[in-house]
Amino acid sequence: MDIKHVEGRNAGKLMLYAISTCPWCRKTKALLNELGVEYSYIDVDLVPEEEEDKITREVERWNDRLSFPTLVIDDEEVIIGFQEERIRQVLKGKKQ
Amino acid sequence: MTEISREKIQEYYHKLLTEAEKAGYHLNPDLDLTLELVKSLLANEERYGYQSCPCRWASGLREEDLDIICPCDYRDADLAEYGRCYCALYVSANATKENLSRPIPERRPSKEERKKKTEKEISHPSSLSLPVWRCQVCGYLCARKEPPDVCPICKASKDRFERFF
Repeated sequence: MDIKHVEGRNAGKLMLYAISTCPWCRKTKALLNELGVEYSYIDVDLVPEEEEDKITREVERWNDRLSFPTLVIDDEEVIIGFQEERIRQVLKGKKQ
Repeated sequence: MTEISREKIQEYYHKLLTEAEKAGYHLNPDLDLTLELVKSLLANEERYGYQSCPCRWASGLREEDLDIICPCDYRDADLAEYGRCYCALYVSANATKENLSRPIPERRPSKEERKKKTEKEISHPSSLSLPVWRCQVCGYLCARKEPPDVCPICKASKDRFERFF
């Protein structure tokens, strides 16, 4: 699967599920870049057809509405939609 | 994403803006965001053949995505409840900064729920002389043999109509 990795400071395991055409997903990526944290992301609309089911199930585990952006933090917390303040706050509390 | 020229984006933005204002709708005054959304609509038209919502995961099959072709079936309800549509291309006249900066929940039913709805729609016992068709985008109703090719109110295509009675 085409998971992209962005280097940065370790603020826990961050996985972002996004749509390539969605400005709110782009804002989320820009915010993570601004915060300088290490994260992975995947633009689900760009995955090959044969992988769609797999990625659908993966996102649905965290967000049954299958909406984007879905940001999963440390495999336990999930932030749905571009919630700038909440993302800033949650990541501030994470290890440096 | 496919590259789309600035001119094409500007031209389509002005077309959408004119149509929206004429019909009592408003595009998001955040021009940077709105132009990004317009660009994405054009990109989706190129890759899928229809202008699927930029912020939703399209299937690539028009009949499965009819409800999320912009303007989507959920726009009016979201405008009424949240002052903006899901992607925030459309906003209500009295939308506040607060409305526009916070995400809203996804109103589109899950794939299973959508499938159930389609199955339910099949039978229509009716004593009317003509069927009544409802535009699922704007709510326009008309009694005629078939829905119009294009909704006279919101310009949605024929396949966006459902049989209402």
